[in-house]
Amino acid sequence: MTKLLPMNRRNFLQASAAGLAAGTVPGLFGSQAMAQTALTVGFIYVGPKDDYGYNQAHAEGAAVIKKMPGITLVEEENVPETVDVQKTMESMINLDGATLLFPTSFGYFDPHMLAMAAKYPKIQFRHCGGLWTEGKHPANTGSYFGYIGQGQYLNGIAAGYATKSKKIGFVAAKPIPQVVQNINSFLLGARSVDPTITCQVIFTGEWSLAVKEAEATNALIDQGADVITCHVDSPKVVVETAAGRGAFVCGYHANQSALAKDKYLTGAEWAWGNVYTNFIKTAQSGGKLGNFVRGGLKDGFVKMSPLGPAVSAEGRKKFEATLAEIMSGKFSVFKGPIKDNKGNVVVTASTAFAEDAIELESMGYLVEGVVGSTS
Amino acid sequence: MEDTGIGLWGVPLAIFAGAIRVSTPFIFVSLGETITERSGRINLGLEGTLVFGAMTAYAVAVMTGSPTLGVLAAMATGAIFGTIHGWICKWPKVNDIAIGIAMMQFGLGLAFFLGKSFIQPVAPKLPSIPLGGWSAVPQVQAALNINVLFFIGAALALFLWWAFRNTRIGLTLRVVGDSTDAARAMGISPDRVRLLATAAGGSLAAIGGAYLSLYYPGSWNEGISSGQGLMAVALVIFARWNPIGCFLAALLFGGAGALGPALQSVGVTQGYYLFYAAPYVLTLIILIATSSPTRSLAGAPGALSLTK
Repeated sequence: MTKLLPMNRRNFLQASAAGLAAGTVPGLFGSQAMAQTALTVGFIYVGPKDDYGYNQAHAEGAAVIKKMPGITLVEEENVPETVDVQKTMESMINLDGATLLFPTSFGYFDPHMLAMAAKYPKIQFRHCGGLWTEGKHPANTGSYFGYIGQGQYLNGIAAGYATKSKKIGFVAAKPIPQVVQNINSFLLGARSVDPTITCQVIFTGEWSLAVKEAEATNALIDQGADVITCHVDSPKVVVETAAGRGAFVCGYHANQSALAKDKYLTGAEWAWGNVYTNFIKTAQSGGKLGNFVRGGLKDGFVKMSPLGPAVSAEGRKKFEATLAEIMSGKFSVFKGPIKDNKGNVVVTASTAFAEDAIELESMGYLVEGVVGSTS
Repeated sequence: MEDTGIGLWGVPLAIFAGAIRVSTPFIFVSLGETITERSGRINLGLEGTLVFGAMTAYAVAVMTGSPTLGVLAAMATGAIFGTIHGWICKWPKVNDIAIGIAMMQFGLGLAFFLGKSFIQPVAPKLPSIPLGGWSAVPQVQAALNINVLFFIGAALALFLWWAFRNTRIGLTLRVVGDSTDAARAMGISPDRVRLLATAAGGSLAAIGGAYLSLYYPGSWNEGISSGQGLMAVALVIFARWNPIGCFLAALLFGGAGALGPALQSVGVTQGYYLFYAAPYVLTLIILIATSSPTRSLAGAPGALSLTK
């Protein structure tokens, strides 16, 4: 597939150049720039769309745009990150007439979505989580993601006030930058309350492994952690296991308060509905879709679950003050000096990374106070 | 700083607790498969039966509010799956391994399809017996919260071990499994015995699934089983078709599986991917250590397509 890519891209570039020269934008929405153009949009999920987690967050976003006029929504769930996703995309394009596709899982990007983008240059592809680079990736593709690390920082603040043992726990899937950044943000949030707090992390090695996630949660609580959060595809098992053992829980991906009841402090949730609505509005009005779309709490990409009853008045005050600061755009989670957990200085004293700093998207270190290792 | 952790004691405790928590599905599936294989058939479809059992148990528990009814319903569906396998395999020139794989895919697909609407609701869980009241350490108390299915599994292993040797049914099963011709000469219908043995095996495997969805980890979704059904079929060979061996092998697997998270929780964090491979490495070592170049698998039923 990748062998065909350069040739097809060249063809595509020629075709689109010709199209632009003739004054007709290639694509299906350009020719009829009405506010409510009929548009078929395809969503592809790696797991079930009601998993209380990553996929549910995207499916809730898709449900928002489904209500918009002129939109036909096609969805497929449980699509593996293999050549299967290419077949799904082809069937959505050829059979359902989809012209805008959202493959939402990390592993769909390269090579699968790139191969399809080269084969169908008139179809628009927007991928969640990938790092789209101009010149390297086709112009009809793009990526979007949210800075949810800020949400984990706020989770950390709630956890910092709730912990009695000064030990908090994190069940993580794989040590990729997004996960590592969440772990670090969670601890930094907790340490803004009490600098003696440590965070134990356990990597399960897979995005969805119910039994291992339950074992990891139990092991963390056995070692004294009394607030648990996670970054796995479906936090349901972690949340239920932790709450069942009497630990507090901070949610992730979606609102899990129904699963942990009064043990639920708060949670960092995606707000994909806003993101997808913007994409659709742009597409329907004939505008050019963004290729590299990012945003955080203040842009409405991420939201926090309402604070639970176990959050103290003091914790609520600090949480809300920090949230307000984040909303003003002046807050940075990674502000030097920060050492990693091996003692090396990773952020110097004079540095403060803004939320969109590109350095943060390749984070590979765990900060001081995180007990764990990425390998 | 108030320290409520239990330090390095966490590792043996986690292995012990993990052995009990994680092993139960392995126990039931491998005991079920032992019954089936002792009759001379292999049912590779138990992974599908396990997942379908997990779904059925969860769905019935959600609808009726009774986890016990959920387990019973799972047993019934497991028996149906086993019966279908046994019935198809009685036709000439049908390969039981291929049918097993087909039944596995069928079970998985049907479970995902029918289980769609049960991912969100929360089902009541199976009760556990708190045996840790004597200890003041909450970690020990948590580890000794043992589900009743674990004890049933242990008792069943003992019972099967006794029944294979000492009962008429056990003898019939073994005759059919060792020689189809001898069984026919004795007037036993091998097909009927195998059908019943496969149905019983499916029924037990479904209990393993019910444990997954109704107790630990206690949730239904499409990734609930990470191949426990397949591993348990392999455990049967590992345990040399001995029910007590199955029980011990399941414990070993559960304990070894808990090693990875437990070591990370006490700060041994380098190389966790290797720790996660522990159960499989252990299996390889034991298989190599107990293998022999001079004889075939000890205890293998003679009519098994594996040994033919």
